[in-house]
Amino acid sequence: MEARSLPTRTASSGGKRALLAIRRAAGRWGLVALLLAFPIYFGAHDLITGYPGYAHGHGTRVHDLTYLGTNFVQGISNGAIWALIAIGYTLVYGIIELINFAHGDVFMIGSMTGVSLWSAIGLGLATSTLGLVVGLPLALLVCMLVCGALNVLIERVGYRPLRGAPRLAPLITAVGFSFILQNVGLLWRGGSTVGVSDLIRENKSVVQISGVVVHRADVLSIGVTIPLVILLGWFVSRTRQGKAMRATAQDPEAARLMGINVDWTISLTFLIGGALAGAAGLVYALYETTIWYLQGFEAGLIAFTAAVMGGIGNLRGAVLGGLIIGGIQQTIDARVGPQWTPFFVFGLLIIVLVLRPQGLLGEETREAG
Amino acid sequence: MNELRAQLQEWRAAIERRLPSWWPRALAVALIAFGLILPQLFSVTSNFVNTEILSLTYVMFALGLNIVVGFAGLLDLGYVAFFALGSYAFGWLGSGWFYKAHVHILVHAPASTIPGIHLNFVLILICAGIFTALAGAVIGVPTLRLRGDYIAIVTLAFGEIIRVFALQGPSLKIFGMPLTGGELGISGTDAPYLPGVGMFSQLNIRPWYYTIFALVLITLFVNLRVRDSRLGRAWIALREDEVAAVSMGIPLVRTKLFAYSLGAAFGGIAGAFLAAYTTLIDAGEFQFGFSIFVLSMVILGGLGSIWGVVLGALLLANINYYLIPDVFNSLPGDLGLNFNLTDLQVSIFGFLLVIVMVLRPQGLVPERRRKLELTRGLGETELEEPGTSWAGVEPGEVVQ
Repeated sequence: MEARSLPTRTASSGGKRALLAIRRAAGRWGLVALLLAFPIYFGAHDLITGYPGYAHGHGTRVHDLTYLGTNFVQGISNGAIWALIAIGYTLVYGIIELINFAHGDVFMIGSMTGVSLWSAIGLGLATSTLGLVVGLPLALLVCMLVCGALNVLIERVGYRPLRGAPRLAPLITAVGFSFILQNVGLLWRGGSTVGVSDLIRENKSVVQISGVVVHRADVLSIGVTIPLVILLGWFVSRTRQGKAMRATAQDPEAARLMGINVDWTISLTFLIGGALAGAAGLVYALYETTIWYLQGFEAGLIAFTAAVMGGIGNLRGAVLGGLIIGGIQQTIDARVGPQWTPFFVFGLLIIVLVLRPQGLLGEETREAG
Repeated sequence: MNELRAQLQEWRAAIERRLPSWWPRALAVALIAFGLILPQLFSVTSNFVNTEILSLTYVMFALGLNIVVGFAGLLDLGYVAFFALGSYAFGWLGSGWFYKAHVHILVHAPASTIPGIHLNFVLILICAGIFTALAGAVIGVPTLRLRGDYIAIVTLAFGEIIRVFALQGPSLKIFGMPLTGGELGISGTDAPYLPGVGMFSQLNIRPWYYTIFALVLITLFVNLRVRDSRLGRAWIALREDEVAAVSMGIPLVRTKLFAYSLGAAFGGIAGAFLAAYTTLIDAGEFQFGFSIFVLSMVILGGLGSIWGVVLGALLLANINYYLIPDVFNSLPGDLGLNFNLTDLQVSIFGFLLVIVMVLRPQGLVPERRRKLELTRGLGETELEEPGTSWAGVEPGEVVQ
């Protein structure tokens, strides 16, 4: 009996090994192939079947890659906003392993603060370029400070008292704060989408590269995101405080033993995450020219997806995930219809997690292994 | 503060010692009797009874989710999927939605005379349970390799995908008929008919109340039995330490999928009941907020604690559907303030969640086993004497 069952067992384990190898290969290359499948499919579709080109009159079909390029540019610029929010999720998750549900709503408060602020300091459609150049960075700075402070406050009141509590308890306070902030937004700006003044004329073209128009909004969002991400990367990798953050993320207890002020480091993390969400809020208001009290909820889901896709706890991963999600979102919005976008975004998320639980750039962590 | 707490603890222990051993059963009988008499004290269309029907439905949802999150420790943020699928199961099998079909099983007039698929109410509930149990297993499969919050994200993603399908249903055709009603909803569902009770209607909501009361009792019974069964202990073992549990011979895949399926089945049955009661299956209802609402009930009551979850669900549902909109709504106006309480409903709810969690992170009625872990597991070197109660020892005091 023993002797007979032994070969079958080795055979099955051999089969398992082959399966494992296939799965590993799928994890490494399948995801890249899947992500490339979107642009390749749509690019091939544009080149072969063509798309209706209204610029040359109705009924004509254009066979080039301009449309795909437009999707790509818009995806990058929209994704840059998601990246800023996703960094906040990834920082907080990295350091205290909490899905900060209130983060998307902090972003929403950032948008509303920004809009109120620029009307308070008198920026409007008639403001000159010089006025905007001075006023908007000021508004951006104040937005970042307000949202950073708000995020620190939420951590202090809602999460810190629960640090030794069951893991899910802070999740519920996060949901509670999310509800409170949504209610604040609802009372502040009403229950429907509000149009805001298009200060930068977001739809004006800046440059045109072989037919692909880059709008002012695209330049703005990328122009705000890149310096902030570089600054953050420098902060986390080069400064003493950044080192403290990394140490706390790795092992809070050991960090405490090494003399790191863990509470202060966690507050700092929330400050940075909130500030980036505030910046994203202002950019979003200028980019979309509408604000809504539930925008934070939607953006939060998308940005969290981006953070997970990139590998949660990993800054570069969050940025990469944001850009990928932005690209997919804009492409599907334009070609399939915005009502199907969540299906593609979340479907992709599930596939990513099945093939590669640690995300695109993530390392194996305590949670995913 | 600590002295007061110790005093309270002492009193509680003293009371518990003096109660006869059969008191939990007596209490259960008294509560069931109270539940049975309750609707008789109000009119047949009373708003309060209506709220209690909704509350009991939420109790059922919360008990289902408690199996997944509380017992098996799999954080599920997409529970709304089973609400949606259960509701649609009712819409598909108990209305004229699939108008090209002519299926009538054990139904009464007028449902037996109109086209569509019309099944008996009880049959639909059973079908909804089976259907959502299968869906739960399907959703569970991709999460098997994952742990912790990654499971949360995958389930959340499934919840959102099902919502997209619910919203886009009118453009998806099955045998030339739309799949769902989208935001307009599937309306004109059959009124349930039970022999001896007759046709259910909105003019007398007591039969609805007794139906959901019976369903909740069944759910409670199943929960209690399963928790103490081999399967329930396997869930708890997996929750506590997956590697250790698997090396002790617990079949990982089967155990986890059972948790998803059973939790989903209760959600689906409750969803089907809710669809029958509200007579409309509207895709706009199936939002992420629902999952969070039910999860709040589970965590507020105490993860894994059946009685805690019942209490949490009753409290939150009553606050949300009755106390804030109906009872206290005019309070600020009476105090001379210029707003209604419903304007602040969401933030009052949020404040409650924050305050309760900060003061009592283990939930209102923590599960005994979890309470032990909380007090014993983290750095406590001296064990208390066996027999003295662990009750009331706050985890915050022990842990830095």
